[in-house]
Amino acid sequence: MTMGADKNRRDVPIRGAVGSALPHDSAHLHVSGAALYTDDIAEPRNLLHIALGMSTRPHARIHNLDLSKVLAAAGVVEVLTAEDIPGKNDFGPVIADDPILAPGLVQFVGQPMFAVAADTVEQARRAARLAVIEYEDLDAILDLDEAVAAKSFVLPSEKLQRGDSGAAISAATHSVSGRVRLGGQDQFYLEGQIAMAVPREGGDLYVYSSTQHPGEVQHTVAAALGKQNKDVIVECRRMGGAFGGKESQPAQIACIAALVAARTGRAAKLRLDRDADMIMTGKRHDFVIDYNVGFNDEGEIEGCEFTFASRCGMSADLSGAINDRTMFHSDNAYYLKNITIVSHRCKTNTVSNTAFRGFGGPQGMFAIEYVIDDIAACLGKDPLDVRRRNFYGTTDRNVTPYQQTIEDNIIGEIVDQLERTADYRKRRAELQNYNENSRWLKRGIALTPVKFGISFTATHLNQAGALLHVYTDGTVHLNHGGTEMGQGLFTKVAQVVAEELQIDIDRIKITASDTSKVPNASATAASSGSDLNGKAAQVAARTIKERLIVFAAEHYGVRRDEVRFVNNHVYVGATELTFAELAHQAWFARISLSATGFYRTPKINYNRATFSGRPFYYFAYGAAVSEVVVDVLTGEHRLLRVDVLHDCGQSLNPALDLGQIEGGFIQGAGWLTSEELCWNTDGALTTHAPSTYKIPACSDLPVDFRIAMLESHANREDTIYRSKAVGEPPLMLAISVFHAIRDAVASVGDHKSSPLLQAPATPEAILRAITRMQGGDL
Amino acid sequence: MPQSQPEPAHDAIRFLLDGELVELANVDPTRTVLQYLREDKLRLGSKEGCAEGDCGACTVVVAETAAAGGLRLRAINSCIQFLATLDGKMLFTVESLQKPGGELHPVQQALVDCHGSQCGFCTPGFVMSLFALFKNSAAPERREIDAALAGNLCRCTGYRPIITAAERMYGYAANGATRWLDQPNTCNEEPRDEELQMTARLKEIRRSRALRLDSKGRQFYAPRSLDDLAALVLQFPQAVLLAGGTDVGLWVTKQHRQLETIIYTGQVSALKRIARSASYIEIGAAVTVTDAMPVITDEYPELQEVFERFASPPIRNAATLGGNVSNGSPIGDSMPPLLALGATLVLRKGERNREIPLDEFYLGYQEKALEPGEFVESLRLPKRTSDLQLACYKISKRFDQDISAVCVAIALQLDAGKVTDIRIACGGMAAIPKRAEHCEAALRGQEWSEPAISNVLSELDKDFSPISDMRASDQYRRVVCKNLLLRFHAETSGAVVSVYDYGR
Repeated sequence: MTMGADKNRRDVPIRGAVGSALPHDSAHLHVSGAALYTDDIAEPRNLLHIALGMSTRPHARIHNLDLSKVLAAAGVVEVLTAEDIPGKNDFGPVIADDPILAPGLVQFVGQPMFAVAADTVEQARRAARLAVIEYEDLDAILDLDEAVAAKSFVLPSEKLQRGDSGAAISAATHSVSGRVRLGGQDQFYLEGQIAMAVPREGGDLYVYSSTQHPGEVQHTVAAALGKQNKDVIVECRRMGGAFGGKESQPAQIACIAALVAARTGRAAKLRLDRDADMIMTGKRHDFVIDYNVGFNDEGEIEGCEFTFASRCGMSADLSGAINDRTMFHSDNAYYLKNITIVSHRCKTNTVSNTAFRGFGGPQGMFAIEYVIDDIAACLGKDPLDVRRRNFYGTTDRNVTPYQQTIEDNIIGEIVDQLERTADYRKRRAELQNYNENSRWLKRGIALTPVKFGISFTATHLNQAGALLHVYTDGTVHLNHGGTEMGQGLFTKVAQVVAEELQIDIDRIKITASDTSKVPNASATAASSGSDLNGKAAQVAARTIKERLIVFAAEHYGVRRDEVRFVNNHVYVGATELTFAELAHQAWFARISLSATGFYRTPKINYNRATFSGRPFYYFAYGAAVSEVVVDVLTGEHRLLRVDVLHDCGQSLNPALDLGQIEGGFIQGAGWLTSEELCWNTDGALTTHAPSTYKIPACSDLPVDFRIAMLESHANREDTIYRSKAVGEPPLMLAISVFHAIRDAVASVGDHKSSPLLQAPATPEAILRAITRMQGGDL
Repeated sequence: MPQSQPEPAHDAIRFLLDGELVELANVDPTRTVLQYLREDKLRLGSKEGCAEGDCGACTVVVAETAAAGGLRLRAINSCIQFLATLDGKMLFTVESLQKPGGELHPVQQALVDCHGSQCGFCTPGFVMSLFALFKNSAAPERREIDAALAGNLCRCTGYRPIITAAERMYGYAANGATRWLDQPNTCNEEPRDEELQMTARLKEIRRSRALRLDSKGRQFYAPRSLDDLAALVLQFPQAVLLAGGTDVGLWVTKQHRQLETIIYTGQVSALKRIARSASYIEIGAAVTVTDAMPVITDEYPELQEVFERFASPPIRNAATLGGNVSNGSPIGDSMPPLLALGATLVLRKGERNREIPLDEFYLGYQEKALEPGEFVESLRLPKRTSDLQLACYKISKRFDQDISAVCVAIALQLDAGKVTDIRIACGGMAAIPKRAEHCEAALRGQEWSEPAISNVLSELDKDFSPISDMRASDQYRRVVCKNLLLRFHAETSGAVVSVYDYGR
């Protein structure tokens, strides 16, 4: 480890060293309104604005698409349909089942059928409403039960099995089974999907895209235009939020902008308005979960069976990997000796669902936590005792259903500490007393753990590249394949470079993700941004540093180990230089000051066919205690107190990591409480704007919110400065909110049974569960 | 001091942007402030997040001269505010705050230091809502901060660092800020030099005659007197009457409707009056919800929660009580309590006034007892009777800035434990805001007890046949409506039966 290797550096640290709680690199620009998002980039001459004509039917053949009125509308310059796509009409990230523009068949309400380009955005949007369309309606599958019954799947169903769960459940002293519905979630990034394509000479295109995956956008745009990857450059400086929603979805937006630009020779911008964005882009998958579990008197699980049916929508998108991750996380932190997991990836005539923070993991975790609560209710035990009873061991009971040995298990330690600091037992006793004396308001509490696997389960994606230039004044241009969506990746990677070169972070220019600088980069996803790009940038920085050391040693006639980089200076034997002076001297001596860095995650290997191996380099852990109060008359609830203890390894930047924990938690709480996606019987989404789709607001943050990071726990694996990924795991801490509500509802029936509470726990869902506890029906 | 300006042209709008005069001719009547900022001025800090006033990414601050002589500042949603309504006002955007040398405003610096931005897209809106709070309050507590930020959504941070910034921003202004912009709480203090100069400039651009814009045959009228307004509405009975624009704005940004003739009520000073008689408080139709709220809650403190949860501050700052009532949405939040309290409306047509009870105003979905050429001039809220017991409950998926699934207001009079009068009015239960007449009748004369109430709850099924939609199912609405009567009874018996205030 380099950090702390030099004693002097500690005395006068550089600004922005690894581990410092630096603000986000763009914070000044954010607050002054000067940060440029894609829609803020200076518009080229004669820019065209695009709007989309969207299907109003869930499943239909298009018999006649009469666009004459659209074309005739004021300001309209061009109208494109599937037939106008010169290359491949597809933006599917894995398999080719995602048309950019519907080719004669629509498969969900909101699917784009044509694009209209006009001089102003208002003209384009008005014109898009003028199409006259004749549909021939086909049978539509709109919900999961129908899809499972009809065996309507986008991908084959999968099964992961260890031991004989059926026999174990039959032999167990107790068993419970049930079914629970778990709602989806819209990413609701504040900046909607957007791309601007600018034609360049010779048919080349420069595309500004709000995307987590510039490389894929580049490749997809090239294919759609019948061009080659070299003909397209994609750039993204920052996104106004993404959360997985800008992993595969932006390719479609960029392709349409690029098609218009290529066809008209004019720059073209497609910015979806909020409604179009919510209607036509994918969300977190909703699930129906069937479970069956056998256990002993202590609550130890003997056998467990899950059948997951997830709404993938009309195409596969990333649903394969997402549902795999659900299977991988339906153990959460628990050893399941005999387990069978069946996963159905349902095809429905609704929008194709996609990545969202957690990528299927949250749904798997939700399932096992739901089961644990049922076991506790059945045995009359505190759910925490049942949880602890089933935790993975550290030396035995430590192999996952997919045959990975867990080497870094710290869940017991985290839960022990949190139970103490959150005063869990005492508060539970107080709640019991309160509830006995309160007729209309009931309080509930829950502690739930998180163990989340870090790495893309598709092994080949675990690679990253970086590009670093040092200029003659000692300042640095930093680029890597990761993207900035608010998580602070760019800041963290710059901290790594600052640390390596021992220069203030202000001397490093953080630059936009750009496919012409770092090629073929993976999506910034799977929480892997810092792990992968931090390491790649470190490699690049070390390459340049090594060249400087060799040069300096030779130039000044000292040993290489006498060249030390400390706080913007370089000590070469007895000579002291500024970093800038050394850089200039090296340039003069014709030393290359530009380097690439490349990294691939070690140790991982995984066989998709057998669901076995080591898909994850390591695990991130955490736990949360949530307390709520529920109104028995209306089903309203309020989150009162949250205690979190989360594992970030040795944090690269505690301020940014805290932001991920807090933000992830509240986002997860929204998923499980107020955020409800509703479709009508015609298959149309009815919650497509913030007026109807309710993400948490300021007052939903509990008054008592205690977030702590686990201290003194460097990552066992050799990650970047022994940190841990933190993007996704904290979202699942909010499962504790749901179970606290369930606990409050259970008190209505004196904890004699486990309430059937569906997620999200809206007031209506909660009142329904309460009514059922009271023997009624709502 | 600059020279006093001549009366401005009646076909050009004038407003101050950061104190500088902006004069614009040929303004499209439905061009929004956000479009103007982003497309014309290239002030790109304000963002479009939803184009419906629900996310706050577009928040800006509008200043007008306060009654006390200084400036009053209000955050509004620029995405649905028509530019023409800025005439005679002063606008501040996120770009207004930074000092010329680049130094950040206290609000901005606090946000940086507290890590209050992640993706940053919502941040300019938060900056402006916090700026409005900074100027309107001296030391807000958590609850006031929550209320001030209710109209700003952040998807990244979970709000904690933004709340911390709101608590700490005053510390950055502690060392004798010299610029008016950097001085906290000025809205509650005597105006000083810089502020007085700005109010003087506002006075200079005030017009005495009506504004009339004509853009390619589409008209925008902003009369200044009630008589002019009445004459215009009579002359153009099909015109869109624009008040706060928090609904009309969406017709343009969401439905892409072309509005031919707009008559704006916001410059009619007579419509902004609040007057008191012996028996009622009269609130002019153009009084904003923000301004009406303290008057109403002063008389009826029980309505604090429903008004606190009425949309969001930027919406309440633009929206008018008269607009909410005239619009008559079945899920509007002001009508249930006003119906329960027996409010009346003063209607105006030409030179004629008439007064009708609010519960005779709503005829059917989007159908009101308004004749062509007639409009709501004011609302009369009866003063409190001594033995009145009142409650108003709003049920929604989210506490703040949500639309009611069900809203129930109950006004009760008891005599010796018996119901002498009860008025129950509901939102979300029918096509119009509506009273529960069957249930009211069944309760009159009854003992005010849980068994007696439980006995008559089924009467509510005669009163209402609610629908199922994305906000709630019909069964839920029915059950909750009944349960809220039980909640009211429990509360009149002294119990605490709401989670809204719990632990706050």
